[in-house]
Amino acid sequence: MQASTHTDSHSHDAHGGHDHHEPGFWQKYIFSTDHKVIGIQYGITSLMFLFFGFLLMLCMRWQMANPGQPIPVVGSWLHAILGDEMVAKDAQGRVGVMMPDLYNSFGAMHGTIMVFLAIVPLAFGAFGNFVTPLQIGACDMTFPRINMVSYQCYFLGGVLMLASFFIPGGAAKSGWTSYSPLATVAGGGHHPDGQTFWLIGMVALITSSLLGAVNFITTIIQLRAKGLTWMRMPFFVWAQFVTGFLLLLAFPPLEAAGVLQLADNMLGTSFFLPTGLVVSGQPMHVSGGGSPLLWQHLFWFLGHPEVYVLILPGMGIVTEIIANNTRKPIWGYRSLVYAIMGIGFLSFIVWAHHMYLTGMGTKISTFFQTTTMMISIPSVIILTALFISLWGGSMRFNTPMLFALAFLPMFGVGGLTGLPLGFNASDIFLHDTYYVIAHFHYVVAPGTIFALFAGIYYWYPKATGRMMNEFWGRVHFGLSFIFMNLVFMPMFIQGMEGMSRRMYDGGASYAAAAGSTGLGAFVIGLNKNITYAAFGLGLAQIPFIINFFWSITKGKKVTSDNPWHATTLEWQTPTPPPHGNFDKEIEVFRGPYEYSVPGAPTDYTTQNEPDKQAPLTHGNPVRS
Amino acid sequence: MEIPYAVKPRPDTGLYNAKVGIWLFLASEVMLFGALFSSYILLRVNAEPGTWPHHWLNIPLGTCNTIVLIGSSITVVLSWASLKMGDFAKYRKFQAITILCAMAFMGIKSYEYNDKFQHYEFALKNGNVVDGHVDREKSTVKVPFWTPFKITDESGKGIIVVHGHKIESKDNAEGHAELMDGNKHPAHTEIEIAVSDIKDFSNYGPWHNTYTAIYFVLTGLHALHVFGGALVIFVVWGPLAGVWKKDPERYTNRVEVSGLFWHFVDLVWIFLFPVLYLL
Repeated sequence: MQASTHTDSHSHDAHGGHDHHEPGFWQKYIFSTDHKVIGIQYGITSLMFLFFGFLLMLCMRWQMANPGQPIPVVGSWLHAILGDEMVAKDAQGRVGVMMPDLYNSFGAMHGTIMVFLAIVPLAFGAFGNFVTPLQIGACDMTFPRINMVSYQCYFLGGVLMLASFFIPGGAAKSGWTSYSPLATVAGGGHHPDGQTFWLIGMVALITSSLLGAVNFITTIIQLRAKGLTWMRMPFFVWAQFVTGFLLLLAFPPLEAAGVLQLADNMLGTSFFLPTGLVVSGQPMHVSGGGSPLLWQHLFWFLGHPEVYVLILPGMGIVTEIIANNTRKPIWGYRSLVYAIMGIGFLSFIVWAHHMYLTGMGTKISTFFQTTTMMISIPSVIILTALFISLWGGSMRFNTPMLFALAFLPMFGVGGLTGLPLGFNASDIFLHDTYYVIAHFHYVVAPGTIFALFAGIYYWYPKATGRMMNEFWGRVHFGLSFIFMNLVFMPMFIQGMEGMSRRMYDGGASYAAAAGSTGLGAFVIGLNKNITYAAFGLGLAQIPFIINFFWSITKGKKVTSDNPWHATTLEWQTPTPPPHGNFDKEIEVFRGPYEYSVPGAPTDYTTQNEPDKQAPLTHGNPVRS
Repeated sequence: MEIPYAVKPRPDTGLYNAKVGIWLFLASEVMLFGALFSSYILLRVNAEPGTWPHHWLNIPLGTCNTIVLIGSSITVVLSWASLKMGDFAKYRKFQAITILCAMAFMGIKSYEYNDKFQHYEFALKNGNVVDGHVDREKSTVKVPFWTPFKITDESGKGIIVVHGHKIESKDNAEGHAELMDGNKHPAHTEIEIAVSDIKDFSNYGPWHNTYTAIYFVLTGLHALHVFGGALVIFVVWGPLAGVWKKDPERYTNRVEVSGLFWHFVDLVWIFLFPVLYLL
């Protein structure tokens, strides 16, 4: 803010008052403390992890659709990299059949990578870093060097996770939830294995999130521009603020759990190992007396707030884009703010709805069932407010808006199908089936990921000074929308038919013999359809990948700093924003979504537009 | 580019950036230790009756460490107050005491840790249990400190000498109580056991039972915090002392922030001491 007065140039390399020399490549792009560069680092790294996590899943989908068949082409590559232990030959001697251990590894690592290395870093690390300081009119984060360290910890965690594929025994294979005692006995003893890498990698990722969360919350509290009161903050900033608190308070218990499990795996303690544990017919030589339930409590104490870490930034992005493209204010801004705070609070007391079937007792189940139903109220408030915001708007259907619009029903499907899982009676039937997979993928894949795509298309011109190609954006949207639904909708049917998750052969061994009950041919046959759709979904990303890189140099140049005619402060900087962001001191006079204000000269009134009725020196003019 | 409110407080919040940051960080630390304390409660509540140990730790030493840490908390505040009054020399003295207290705490803690690693429980083939400290000079074989607990005894005549006590069987309620309650240990005697008689043994390391496991994790993590906090206080005290001349306000803020962290570390110990030593 103050510092931005020093910069008077619109050029890319404009600097603050203190260092006038040009930083080298390493300082500028690799060891940068500029929140925008760090945001882009987060963005590119997490998009690569997103793609990698998707590829792991494609291999698994092949195995489920064609159990025991070698994976074409990729199978022989996997064999060359991972060896006979992980990839075998089929009856005809063709190489490339995925072994059960590899399937388990890929399953566990798909979940871990998608949640901790792809979606959270993209939603919080990338968008949060790039957009939040701009939207609050700050020159950077409060702790720029800690911000850099946060990215480096994330990178280190990613490297550890990737490295674990190549160690003897392969990567962690006890599910992304790493339930004990499986996670302790799967490696077969007290020596380093994939699970050890997973735990140490998680500690690095938790450290990264912790540093990021402290930085974000402090930045939002301390560095808001003059006049940017709490109720004038864009909803995206609110979403990041609440997300920051979730990360800050929910992650440490997982860190504690990780330390305890590491002690179980390496030192031979028994935090999560019960008395009398027998493995492969042998009593385990440990002291016993521990509690497997304890791990689940600690894990899900993180795990459930984490779900909201995944979705809240997405809601924030969608809100910005809907307001911008309906050209009218968000309906019920205050309700949105209170609802998101309600979600943040409630998300800490719903965790055990993941544990109804653990035998923790019906009273506890009833408590968590009640809180789980309660948390759907603020979620519905947010969704309803966004739907009503569409009412009567003169909408612009550009690519970001298409993704944002698709987010609403997709998140709706994901949320509503969660209700039968939240009631403990119906959860008994649905627990651990493909229904669960379909439910949370609807929330995260066509939900959050669509919101993130929307955000990429929306803020791309601010980051690069060029627009992404609109036609290919629409192709990307249309195909993704179709294939996402073709992938996940059939899983509801499979789940309700009782198909269990984590099955190496896609349920074939439970196929119904004539006259018996079991999985019907139709349910198992759906595996093939889903796999085709998943490949289609992969192909549908090609236009996006090409568009993303092509537009950096070849995209249509923006003609103004505010190409979408938006109201919020990030569009008041030069494009792309220089180090230090604003070239003039920013003062805020109004709320975030003043679109189509009667009597205003344009259909958008930016937040820093002085208010004619209120005196300029008065920081907080009252507006409805 | 200068980040606003790095030194001066922001008028509407009344706080400078690092102070907001450290409080948020401490909130997450509360959750970290909170999770471990909750684990302690759950493990203890779930333990079979009579299997949770009592009085295994040395209360006088624990009390001593508590006093040392509380004392260091006082000197941290006094050193910060001295800086506020512009008395750098006094700050130096008080903070030196803080660092010495941290070292004393770590010294006592290491002594206690070492004691646990020297303390063994041998289950013999006839059902007897020998519990006590191994006399390594009189023993003829090497007794390991670490897993796996196996003794190489090529002669087959290896002897281990233990200063401790012997109970007939763990199934015997009195004998069991003797093991699980430090106050009920009978007078120590010198006991000789043949290696060939040993069925199973381990020292009182984290692997011994869930109590020692949570004891080592909780106090180990706390000791790590003591070390980290003392290191930061030392770096500000020594290598970074020049900042005082250039920017006294920034320097005082650093002392305040590291002091806040130090108080948190003390506070954790105030909970750890009764939970692990007294209850």
